[in-house]
Amino acid sequence: MNEIADLWPPIRLTLELATITTIGLLMIGTPIAWWLCHSRSKWKDIVAAVVTLPIVLPPTVIGFYLLIALGPKGPGGWIAGLYGERSLAFTFQGLVIGSIIYSLPFVVQPIRNAFEAIGKRPLEVASTLGASPWNAFWTVAVPLARPGFMTGTILGFTHTIGEFGVVLMIGGNIAGETKVLSVAIYDYVETLEWTPAHILAGGMLLFSFIIILSMIKFEKYFSKSAQ
Amino acid sequence: MKKTKICQNNKFLILFLIFWGLTYKIALAENVRVAVAANFTEVANEIGQAFEQKTGHKALYSFGSTGQLFTQISQGAPFDIFLAADQSRPKKAVEDGYAVSGSQFTYAVGKIALYSEDPDFIKDEKTLREGKFTKIAIANPSTAPYGAAAVDVMKHLGLYSKLESKIVQGNNIAQTYQFVHSLNAEIGFVALSQISSHNNGSRWIIPADLYSEIAQDAVLLNEGENNEAALAFINFLKNPLARNIIEKYGYGTKQ
Repeated sequence: MNEIADLWPPIRLTLELATITTIGLLMIGTPIAWWLCHSRSKWKDIVAAVVTLPIVLPPTVIGFYLLIALGPKGPGGWIAGLYGERSLAFTFQGLVIGSIIYSLPFVVQPIRNAFEAIGKRPLEVASTLGASPWNAFWTVAVPLARPGFMTGTILGFTHTIGEFGVVLMIGGNIAGETKVLSVAIYDYVETLEWTPAHILAGGMLLFSFIIILSMIKFEKYFSKSAQ
Repeated sequence: MKKTKICQNNKFLILFLIFWGLTYKIALAENVRVAVAANFTEVANEIGQAFEQKTGHKALYSFGSTGQLFTQISQGAPFDIFLAADQSRPKKAVEDGYAVSGSQFTYAVGKIALYSEDPDFIKDEKTLREGKFTKIAIANPSTAPYGAAAVDVMKHLGLYSKLESKIVQGNNIAQTYQFVHSLNAEIGFVALSQISSHNNGSRWIIPADLYSEIAQDAVLLNEGENNEAALAFINFLKNPLARNIIEKYGYGTKQ
C-alpha cells in the first residue's frame, strides 16, 4: 500500500509539467507558426530550421547546453538571481524551460501546416469585411486551424510526458520537484523494484496507446466532417 | 529460372556468413569487458593502460552506478568482470548465479569528501551545520554506495532532516561531481578519487567514523570464466603495480 502511495507524486508532477509546458508551448509556438507561415523575411528558413532542431538533436546535447544555460553563470542563473536563487537547474521552472525547447517543433509544425492550409484567401475576405488583422486571426484563422492546434496540443503534451534524457541531465532527481514519471521508472528498474516499474510502465503504455488511437480517430472524424 | 534464384540466395547467404564471421572474430579478440562503478573511472583508465602495457590484453570499460550495472548484469549484459562500489552486489551476483563463487575480493576501500568549486567555501563539519547553500549534491543512495555513505554522514551528524530539502541526486557519483563542477550545486559529496588529482576548490575529507566503510569488491562473472584476459585482469588488480595506482587516487587497499 505504501508503495502505491509512492507512485502518485511522480505521476502528478509529470501531469503538472506537461500541462504547464503545453500552455507555454501554445503561447510561444502559435506566434512562431504564424510568422513562419506569413513572413517573407530572409530569416524565415533559418528560424524554421532552428525550431526543428530538437527533433534531430540527441537529448544529451540539449541537456548539456541547458545545464550550462540554467546554471549560475548562464542566463538561467541570472533569472534565478532576481528572486534570490542561484540556478534554475534542478528546479521545476528549469524543467518547464527545457521541456518547451525540447517539444517546440512538435507544436509549431502542425499549427504552421494548418495555417498554410487555410491560405490567404479567408483572411483577405475577413479584412474586406472590415475585420482588423487581430480580429481576423482570432475569428477566422484560429477556428479554421483547430485541427492543427489539437494535434500540436496532444503532441506537445505527450512528448513532454515521454521526456527522459533532458530531465535526467538537468533534473537532479528531486522527489515532487523534478522526479518525473520516466525518471521514477528508470530508478525502479535500476534498483530491481520491478513491481512498481511494471505498474508505471504499463500505465504509460496504455495511456500512450489511447492518446495515439484517439488522435487517429479524431483526424479521421475531422477530415470527414470537413468534406 | 528457379535454380538461378536459389543460387543468388546462396550467394547472399555466403556473404552474410562472411559478414557474421567478421563480427564474431572482432568479439573474440582478447579483450576483457569490465563493468566499473563510476567512482573508479579515472583509476580504471590508468590501470587499463598499465594492464595493456604489461599483458597485451585490452580492458574495455562500461561505467555506471553499482546498482545500474548490477541490473544490467542480471539481464545478461556481456561483462567479464564487475568492479562494484560495495560488497553486497558482488555477493548477490554470486548468489544469483551470475558470478564465479570464490572470486570475490576487495580491490579498493573508498573515501568520500565534501567538495565545492569555491576555494573558501568549505572549512569542515561546520560548513554542513551552518547550511549556507541552496543545493547539496549526492549520488542516488539507492543505487550508488557513495550516495548511501553521504546520507550516512548527514545522519551521523544529525543534519539529515535539516538538509534533506536541499539534496539533489546525481544518477551516479560521476554525475554528482559534474553537478558541483558545473556550479549548479554549491557543494556535494563526491568520491575522494575524483578530486585527488587536483587542488582546486575546497574540500573536507570525511572522517572514516562518520560512515560505514566503503569496501569495493570485484567479482569474476560467468562470461569471463574462460577468458584469459579476464583472469589476467583480476590478477593484475592484486598486483602492486595496480595497487599503487589505486592508492595514488586516495583509496585504501586490503591484503
